[in-house]
Amino acid sequence: MTTLTKPPAPKAAVTPKKAASGLFDPKMLLTSLPDALRKLDPRVMVKNPVMFVVEVGAFATTILAFTDSSVFVWWIVVWLWLTVLFANLAEAVAEGRGKAQAATLRRAKTETSARKLSADRLSEQEVPAASLQLGDLVVVEAGQIIPGDGDVVEGVASVDESAITGESAPVIRESGGDRSAVTGGTKVLSDRIVVKITTKPGESFIDRMIALVEGASRQKTPNEIALNILLASLTIVFLMATVTLPPFAEYAGIDLSIVVLVALLVCLIPTTIGALLSAIGIAGMDRLVQRNVLAMSGRAVEAAGDVNTLLLDKTGTITLGNRQASEFIPLAGVTETELADAAQLSSLADETPEGRSIVVLAKTRYELRERHTGELPHATFVEFTAQTRMSGVDVDGRQIRKGAAGAITAWIHDQGGTVVAELGELVDGISASGGTPLVVAISKEGVARPLGVIHLKDVVKEGMRERFDQMRAMGIRTVMITGDNRLTAKAIAEEAGVDDFLAEATPEDKMALIKQEQEGGRLVAMTGDGTNDAPALAQADVGVAMNSGTSAAKEAGNMVDLDSNPTKLIEIVEIGKQLLITRGSLTTFSIANDVAKYFAILPALFATAYPGLDKLNIMRLDSAESAILSAVIFNALVIIALVPLALRGVQYKPSSASAMLRRNLLIYGVGGLVSPFIGIKLIDLLISLIPGIG
Amino acid sequence: MSDTAAGLLQVGLLVALLAAVYRPLGGYMARVYTSDKDARIERGTYKLLGVDSKADQTWATYARSVLAFSAVSLIVLYLVQRLQSHLPLSLGLPNVEQGLAFNTAASFVSNTNWQSYSPEATMGHLVQFAGLAVQNFLSAAAGITVAIALIRGFARSKTDRLGNFWVDLTRTVFRVLLPIAVLGTLVLVAMGVVQNLSGGHEVTSLVGQTQHLPGGPVASQEVIKELGTNGGGFYNANSGHPFENPNPLSNLFEIFLLLLIPVSLTRTFGLMVKDKRQGYAILGVMGTLWAAFTFAATLFENQGAGTATQAAGAAMEGKETRFGEWASALFATSTTGTSTGAVNSAHDSFTPLGGGTALFHMMLGEVSPGGTGTGLYGMLVLAVLAVFVAGLMVGRTPEYLKKKITAREMKLVSLYILSTPSLVLAGSAIAMGLAGARASIFNADSPHGFSEVLYAFTSAGNNNGSAFGGLSANTPFFNTTLGLVMLLGRFVPIVIVLALAGSFARQQPVPVNEGTLPTHKALFVAMLVGVVLIVTGLTYFPVLTLGPLAEGL
Repeated sequence: MTTLTKPPAPKAAVTPKKAASGLFDPKMLLTSLPDALRKLDPRVMVKNPVMFVVEVGAFATTILAFTDSSVFVWWIVVWLWLTVLFANLAEAVAEGRGKAQAATLRRAKTETSARKLSADRLSEQEVPAASLQLGDLVVVEAGQIIPGDGDVVEGVASVDESAITGESAPVIRESGGDRSAVTGGTKVLSDRIVVKITTKPGESFIDRMIALVEGASRQKTPNEIALNILLASLTIVFLMATVTLPPFAEYAGIDLSIVVLVALLVCLIPTTIGALLSAIGIAGMDRLVQRNVLAMSGRAVEAAGDVNTLLLDKTGTITLGNRQASEFIPLAGVTETELADAAQLSSLADETPEGRSIVVLAKTRYELRERHTGELPHATFVEFTAQTRMSGVDVDGRQIRKGAAGAITAWIHDQGGTVVAELGELVDGISASGGTPLVVAISKEGVARPLGVIHLKDVVKEGMRERFDQMRAMGIRTVMITGDNRLTAKAIAEEAGVDDFLAEATPEDKMALIKQEQEGGRLVAMTGDGTNDAPALAQADVGVAMNSGTSAAKEAGNMVDLDSNPTKLIEIVEIGKQLLITRGSLTTFSIANDVAKYFAILPALFATAYPGLDKLNIMRLDSAESAILSAVIFNALVIIALVPLALRGVQYKPSSASAMLRRNLLIYGVGGLVSPFIGIKLIDLLISLIPGIG
Repeated sequence: MSDTAAGLLQVGLLVALLAAVYRPLGGYMARVYTSDKDARIERGTYKLLGVDSKADQTWATYARSVLAFSAVSLIVLYLVQRLQSHLPLSLGLPNVEQGLAFNTAASFVSNTNWQSYSPEATMGHLVQFAGLAVQNFLSAAAGITVAIALIRGFARSKTDRLGNFWVDLTRTVFRVLLPIAVLGTLVLVAMGVVQNLSGGHEVTSLVGQTQHLPGGPVASQEVIKELGTNGGGFYNANSGHPFENPNPLSNLFEIFLLLLIPVSLTRTFGLMVKDKRQGYAILGVMGTLWAAFTFAATLFENQGAGTATQAAGAAMEGKETRFGEWASALFATSTTGTSTGAVNSAHDSFTPLGGGTALFHMMLGEVSPGGTGTGLYGMLVLAVLAVFVAGLMVGRTPEYLKKKITAREMKLVSLYILSTPSLVLAGSAIAMGLAGARASIFNADSPHGFSEVLYAFTSAGNNNGSAFGGLSANTPFFNTTLGLVMLLGRFVPIVIVLALAGSFARQQPVPVNEGTLPTHKALFVAMLVGVVLIVTGLTYFPVLTLGPLAEGL
């Protein structure tokens, strides 16, 4: 196929809106305080076994503090409650960031009325949008809000979807094809469309988005559940270690108070990760939302971290959406510069990306200064249209034309010229290599002749090779999917540095490839937008549907990219990995912390009976009370200190598993071992100044 | 030769011996458990038992088989003791009292070999070799079968079958334990260990008193005591007795025997999961821990503590002069690291920190290198735990040996790491809370007295069997509680491990690539060592503080 049709203008890639939401603002701690207090309700707390144990401990010590009151006991009570509160704050802050976004979405959902069509499409009735049922037909005209999710069944319109995507440029929605889906809450800017409602009231895309960003529908992901089980069992182990202590201590003549035992228990159980675990999960989803990706389940985010194979569509993902001029091939008797000059002149009026690329190539390679249409006052420009499939200029008695081979050949014949066989060979050669040939011709003094051919070809996006190299280092295989023939596909695949390609791909081929990968135990991620992509999107472990796509595709995938930018798949994988790394690193940190806490608390408890044990007080803490209190305070403060890290995610650089393990083990393992020794000592220095403690 | 040179030479020789047999024995065992041919004697056994040797079992069936087999063993062993006086070769000894008989049956069936009694004064020859020695073989073999089932869980995929317990058990006995035991017996006899069926000799000592020197089939029982990481001695003095362990050479050979199978099984593991490096890594972790504890124990014993030992020039209380500090520390570390519990010296008399090292070594869960089979499966469970946390740190949901670690696996791993510490701590707490039980403590009102009780429950819960001798454990309370702790400490983890094996076997393998956490490299070995030390260390640090640390610091 060598026709040049003007491709639908792809939506410009939107830079992720990082705004302030990516950063942690200490003010959020204050604004989230009411939510954090509400979460103290034991019925809510019980869902987090680690922190529930802390709350029960805090409650018990509070009661004891009334009967056996001392400065030390009250300090412990206060800090135990603060520990619980800090954990709740972490979660509340994470949730709070989504709430702002939800509020914006809610505004889009304000009660609208709908113009419902009767079944015979003859009469129309005003009904509240909320009453619309599956299959109802509604009419929407310019200036009106689309009342619900559905497919355009009649007409074409430009729609402002900024309420959802944040992108102000309107998009075209038309019946049939892959651009028929419309979302409730978006606004029709021009024309009139008939929409068939495809979701039940309350389950629309916007409803789901609100629930998602608010974290209301958040369910624990499989790995989070597994980690929770481990944390619960560690809690039980330490509970065993603590509750069995009194008989042992009694034998040694030590009377352990319940307050002290609770303090020991709280310091030992993995409160740091227990407090931050759900915040990490919410923040992970939130990082996706910031990049305008909606994950329909947390499970999908986790799966993204595990992906082994990425199926990437060639166009738009690996190559730029449009082909670009790569060389000018003159016919015999024509110089390259001559051809380049003609090509540039004839393309000045061609505003398509292909046309622009010809002007740019002539300028960069042949140093032909780009001329503007205004510079040639007596020239008549022929603009490119999809019907004529050519553009050109009439200047100084010359007529120069550039366009699809068929269109130009016909034009030459019309002008009474002939076409040499050499041209056909050139055109066929370029087509066979996967490129698109454009022919340039000139008609002077009534004689028309072809000058040569412009080779348009796919241009691989900058930086893709490095990206794929990184992917490979992370153990992810990239497969390029394209409708091109094998030869073209192979050339582009090699240029882009992907591991494999699937040429002349049909939706069935894609499906078969996914199944084959999954058979081998690999997890597959892909993007898609068409209805015929839907089965593959559903089959893939991570299926990212483009928001510009059909509702069938959006329904089938487990993520929707509001920017409709297929390259984002790579970012999604990185976010998934970062989420898991954050979880693992903070778990390691939390457990490693315990060593120092033992060295603070145990000598404080037992050195009175066995003075030799004071040798374990390697931090030389001031007194038994200050030692225990310092450990408790450190334990609480470390939660708050790590909230920003939990929300932002630990630093992630694509590298091999070995390198990542070495790095994170050093920072969070060794760091977790050492830092509390310093932290507890510093706190001890401070609180030993308090009368009744020091 | 100085003590240090002699000590280092022993350690070096031991490592060299193990290195020499590691590959052949590991490879041989891998073939034993993957071959589909039955020997004639095995076919006869299957016919006798009514077992279809080709039938593959699910994890639940496998577990039921282990439990049923052990239950029958328990009852038989109990009855043999209770009816001793009516059976031949009783040497005129009376029936064993019921609490002790239960404790002993539980002890030998659970591969613990805790002995609340003085064997030569309680058990006749028939109980010794038809009851106890048979269990020494069978309980050791049962441990290995469970490890093999777990290996199959990793090696197999998309199946619910883990092999056949009866076949694994029979092959372990006939192809692994018996041949080595026969060879080992000959070696030990050559080294001077007693082997007869006599009732003993009356001899007149130098000062003119008559003394009874009991004989018996000592060498044959000695071999399986070490080889099967059992530890139940023929004599009360165990491997400290000159008839069981006459000289430094036999001492070294016995240490070699108790490390032999647990060490070689890591090779079997590597071969069966088709990645030898995984076996080396596990061995690396076991070896590192063993070396560290040996170093610590040797150091503490050599330094001595207290005025008495310093005046004597060496911490020789409770040690045999023919072994000295080095060989005693080496034996103590190896016996507590392998769940054997045989002793060539009195751990009770070690320096506080030396004894504490032995105690802590058991608390690790018997994984360095652990009992026959139990050591490997214990370490693999801890490896799964380490991978779970470390795996997250490389940005993948964790996987080990190509199998995903999901919530289901973590539930089992969590139960596993919970079970033994709960038994040890709860048992000790009950004992320390009861005045009657506290009366058994010899060194009352000192941290050492607490260590005695803690040691007893740690030994029982981890199926070790060695003891801090000061505790008079032959009381109804200790016989019952320790008996229960031994049984639960053995069979709860076994059922969990088999469930875990079943869970892994069902999975589809995940392909290994650059993004996979490498579990065969030094970094992972170091991390797993850290996990073993920190997870168990954190659990037991408070009690260790009140016991050995309070005494030794």
